[in-house]
Amino acid sequence: MKGNEAIARAMIASGTDGYFGYPITPQSEVMETLMAEKPWETTGMVVLQAESELASINMVYGGAATGKKVATSSSSPGISLMCEGLTYIAGAEIPCVVMNAMRGGPGLGTIQPAQSDYFQSTKGGGHGDYQLYVMAPASVQEMYDFVFDAWDIAFKYRNPVLILTDGAIGQCMEKCYTRDYIPRWTEEERRQHAPWGCWGKPATRDHNIITSLELESSRQEVFNQKLQKKYAQMKEEDVRYEMLNCEDADYVFVAYGTSSRICMKSMELARAKGLKVGLLRPITLFPFPTKQVAELAKKVKGMLCVEMSAGQMIEDVKLAANCQIPIEHYGRFGGIIPTPEEVLEALEEKIIK
Amino acid sequence: MTEEIIIAGFGGQGVLSMGKILAYSGVMEDKEVCWMPSYGPEQRGGTANVTVIVSDERICSPIISKYDTAIVLNQQSLDKFEKSVKPGGLLIYDPNGITKEPTRKDINIYKIAATEKAQEMGISKVFNMVVLGGFLKLKPIVGSEFIHKGLEKSLPERHHNLIPQNEEAIELGKGLIEAVQVL
Repeated sequence: MKGNEAIARAMIASGTDGYFGYPITPQSEVMETLMAEKPWETTGMVVLQAESELASINMVYGGAATGKKVATSSSSPGISLMCEGLTYIAGAEIPCVVMNAMRGGPGLGTIQPAQSDYFQSTKGGGHGDYQLYVMAPASVQEMYDFVFDAWDIAFKYRNPVLILTDGAIGQCMEKCYTRDYIPRWTEEERRQHAPWGCWGKPATRDHNIITSLELESSRQEVFNQKLQKKYAQMKEEDVRYEMLNCEDADYVFVAYGTSSRICMKSMELARAKGLKVGLLRPITLFPFPTKQVAELAKKVKGMLCVEMSAGQMIEDVKLAANCQIPIEHYGRFGGIIPTPEEVLEALEEKIIK
Repeated sequence: MTEEIIIAGFGGQGVLSMGKILAYSGVMEDKEVCWMPSYGPEQRGGTANVTVIVSDERICSPIISKYDTAIVLNQQSLDKFEKSVKPGGLLIYDPNGITKEPTRKDINIYKIAATEKAQEMGISKVFNMVVLGGFLKLKPIVGSEFIHKGLEKSLPERHHNLIPQNEEAIELGKGLIEAVQVL
């Protein structure tokens, strides 16, 4: 199945209660698949095309505030529109899942794959000291699996989870093992999983209030400290990454998503030439695998960050490696995907020399 | 075994579906596969191409620039992808509408007059299967029983009555392919 289709099918299978979206290339197949599957007839999941991205993210806010599993998806320009909603959702501590199939920017840009929304995804997007938990799938199977994982994380932390992908993974078709359907939560289960939710006030407790507003700055500081504690816990407990051929590597590529797949091929080409090259693939972009980069930086002679951007993740890699070794960026952007050959060439020119 | 293939031609020639049937057949034989279409404005320009990778191992990049096999069905695609075939690789083309023949000396070149034959027999709809047959004759990367399963999987059920016709076209293609240059 296609990557976009995998996201949609995983939403249904993971017991998602609602999807609110607005079509945009290259991820329109998400809603197309949902509409074709008609989950409202089987699981009772609501699928609705909103009138805009602003409407969809606010429908997500509203739906998720009741403790339901609510999701949306879009592509770069649409996500920019959603950023206001995302900071409100993060500020109100509401779990939800959002997928961004990145395309070339800035502005409307192109519709081809890009990875130029790393800053937006991991360093803000909206205002305020908030973080999204950001997962970067690199295959159709991961597109599927990460939706399930995203729900666990979203409810563990009461925090929005962003699945950050691009048109290449969304459009390509690969083998994908599906899972058994997890039933949507019953009313009773929902109350257990989301005791904070606005699902009706029993006589036994006060009102649950969902808001991101606090006029008393001392209380807002305490709230911010709580958020920071949550993000620190994510860094401690839920960093994910993959390392390939790093044990004996002299040089490593650092790349995520589509770029990591290209680097796998470049690595194969390099190994065939006798160069000891490995790959570190961050799976979570926030929390970033900082410790792993730092450890590798003690062992290898250099790193090449490969991104379909002008160089965004490289900042986190450099911070983690703390100037111990040469670290360079190689990227194509605006919707161009680098070839494995040119990535290897860049490694040889910029790092190996 | 890893086979990296590009299939390219005009929209409507069944390029994407040929790739899909090959990819599904690979899945049925429990291989790793990747099917990556061109999408967006280049697709809307009238030409279509798809990369298909079939492998026994985990597939690296879905986007590649060098191919083991290029199957090209019009002049533009021949011009574009002849140079992307790996040395020693395979180029298959349909001579229909080709004015500039391939020139490389370091690859295997075969032609298959599928357009002409399909028109003659009134089976234009399965033209792409004729081409697929030609390819499978040279590189039987998936077994024919799995091609059958792949057809079942990729064709909607209401078209399953057409599977025998598709399989006949594949067989026809196996006999139709001819060598132009063999290393």
